[in-house]
Amino acid sequence: MAEKQFKVIAETGIHARPATLLVQTASKFDSDINLEYKGKTVNLKSIMGVMSLGIGQGAEIKITAEGNDADDALNSITEMLKKEGLAE
Amino acid sequence: MTSLLGIAASNGIAIAKAYRLVEPDLSFEKKMIENPAAEIERFRQAMAKAKSELETIRDRAKVELGEDKAAIFEAHLLVLNDPELNSPIEDKIQSEKLNAESALKETADMFVAMFEQMDNEYMKERAADIRDVTKRVLSHLLGVQLPNPSMIAEEVVIVAEDLTPSDTAQLNRQFVKGFTTNIGGRTSHSAIMARSLEIPAVVGTKLATNEINNGDLVIVDGLKGEVHINPTQEVIEQYRKVAADYELQKAEWAKLVNEQTISADGQHVELAANIGTPNDLKGVTANGAEGVGLYRTEFLYMGRDQLPTEEEQFEAYKAVLEGMNGKPVVVRTLDIGGDKELPYLELPKEMNPFLGFRAIRLCLEEQNIFRTQLRALLRASNYGNLKIMFPMIATLDEFRSAKSILEDEKQKLLTEGQKVSEKIELGIMVEIPSTAVLADQFAKEVDFFSIGTNDLIQYTMAADRMNQRVSYLYQPYSPSILRLVKMVIDAAHAERKWVGMCGEMAGDETAIPILLGLGLDEFSMSATSILKARSLIRKLNKSEMEKLANEVINMQTTSQVIDAVNNVVSK
Repeated sequence: MAEKQFKVIAETGIHARPATLLVQTASKFDSDINLEYKGKTVNLKSIMGVMSLGIGQGAEIKITAEGNDADDALNSITEMLKKEGLAE
Repeated sequence: MTSLLGIAASNGIAIAKAYRLVEPDLSFEKKMIENPAAEIERFRQAMAKAKSELETIRDRAKVELGEDKAAIFEAHLLVLNDPELNSPIEDKIQSEKLNAESALKETADMFVAMFEQMDNEYMKERAADIRDVTKRVLSHLLGVQLPNPSMIAEEVVIVAEDLTPSDTAQLNRQFVKGFTTNIGGRTSHSAIMARSLEIPAVVGTKLATNEINNGDLVIVDGLKGEVHINPTQEVIEQYRKVAADYELQKAEWAKLVNEQTISADGQHVELAANIGTPNDLKGVTANGAEGVGLYRTEFLYMGRDQLPTEEEQFEAYKAVLEGMNGKPVVVRTLDIGGDKELPYLELPKEMNPFLGFRAIRLCLEEQNIFRTQLRALLRASNYGNLKIMFPMIATLDEFRSAKSILEDEKQKLLTEGQKVSEKIELGIMVEIPSTAVLADQFAKEVDFFSIGTNDLIQYTMAADRMNQRVSYLYQPYSPSILRLVKMVIDAAHAERKWVGMCGEMAGDETAIPILLGLGLDEFSMSATSILKARSLIRKLNKSEMEKLANEVINMQTTSQVIDAVNNVVSK
């Protein structure tokens, strides 16, 4: 299992477009990918799950991936988050 | 043949098949089923159909309407593919032996409720996405067709209860030849939209969606405000003739595109256009407007989930100023509130929004919003002939506050080394009776007035212009309104200032002779009304109209005024 911590830097948090991008990126992979925030875990392939957390600027989140393409998935997600200036 | 009467909202004749923008019956019974596996299969098939339908719509929307408009369907697809929505539904079918319709509805309702409770406007809107997606899947489970306006591929007349901005965003103007709605009036969104798209429309028919079926042949007579359903061949022929005559008439008017607007006795007035976006400029030029008399900047703020940046606004204002090539452009600062809401500002609901926290009142309080707009305007001023106008001014103090904020931003820009035009005229909308009555005092400080009759009438008559039952009070030719208009014009002229009018009244055939006589300097209207107005004014003698104006302001009733105008003009 691969996992990584991020700090959200986007002013709007993980709403709207950022949430869409995250879910779209995660959905490209077979692995089970989850997002943990404030003790709650949601499926990162679920737009409603991700948005229901109401992740704001400054939030500490953890993303975990489990499956045959877990490392690739986590790398893609990391790259996307940095490229879009969403998290570090 | 059935015929309906409504309000002629946009000129012209449309003859085409009906396309109902009306939701089909999506009701169903909650049932227990025998075979959950088969029911799950039925659900999956409906999901697959909904998905491929949405993908087609999205792809088409991208091509026809642009990425922006297609984004909503992208969001719908994400919801449709969401495992957190799908698995509980399948679980419900399996464990509770519920039919797919009920399992879908119950699960979706739970998510809708959850999102609606969130303290965030964006999340609340996502509840609407879930509802839309649920409807689409439900339609496939029930075997009925949802209207998909973005998929229209033949000439149609749109039939709807009402048309909202988001409905109209999905309409392809190439195929939509006209429309008719149950509700609305000449100043409702759907009517203004129809005129800006130059398609015939009849609104307020009350019964259009009851009487018209998909595929019925419909004639929309936007000249007289009539709708004919499945007309006889004879009637169709008659209307082809009316349509042809109207085209000839338009061709006749078109000859006036490059002519000045001069009365029969040689007096010049200015005919300008009302616009909402830089895209409207095409119509402005095509119809020979001598300027933009009202640029409604609200559209920059609507249909999105956050405020437009200074840069976005600057680009839009610059495009309009450059597009008008030195002709005057009157930009109205943000007029939000009343019937125009911005969900992302999260303003509390009001009992009387038209009398509440809106327009300049909001801008003076939420100064960051106002200042951003003013900076964008000031920067754009270098690219043309900009005039700035504040809406909903009720007191001189409000005007002075707004002006000092503008001066403040101007100084900041100059200090930053930016250029700002020195010739920006500063005016106000006169749409509140208190301002009309005190116009002589305002005239000392403003550069111009623009009379906003849509609101001035409703505030003067105390008649909500959205309320059909008091619409009889909404009378532009009422002597009370005409006296207010006269007060404003006289007050401005006494201080050598100019006066325009940017309400619907400025383009009205009965009002124009009176307004000309009262001395109005600038008439601003839908672009499509300009040539007709020019043709009319060229036939009128201003000195005769002055006599007419003096008579009508001393009349007692609206009908006397109308008779007097008809008497003089038809001669």
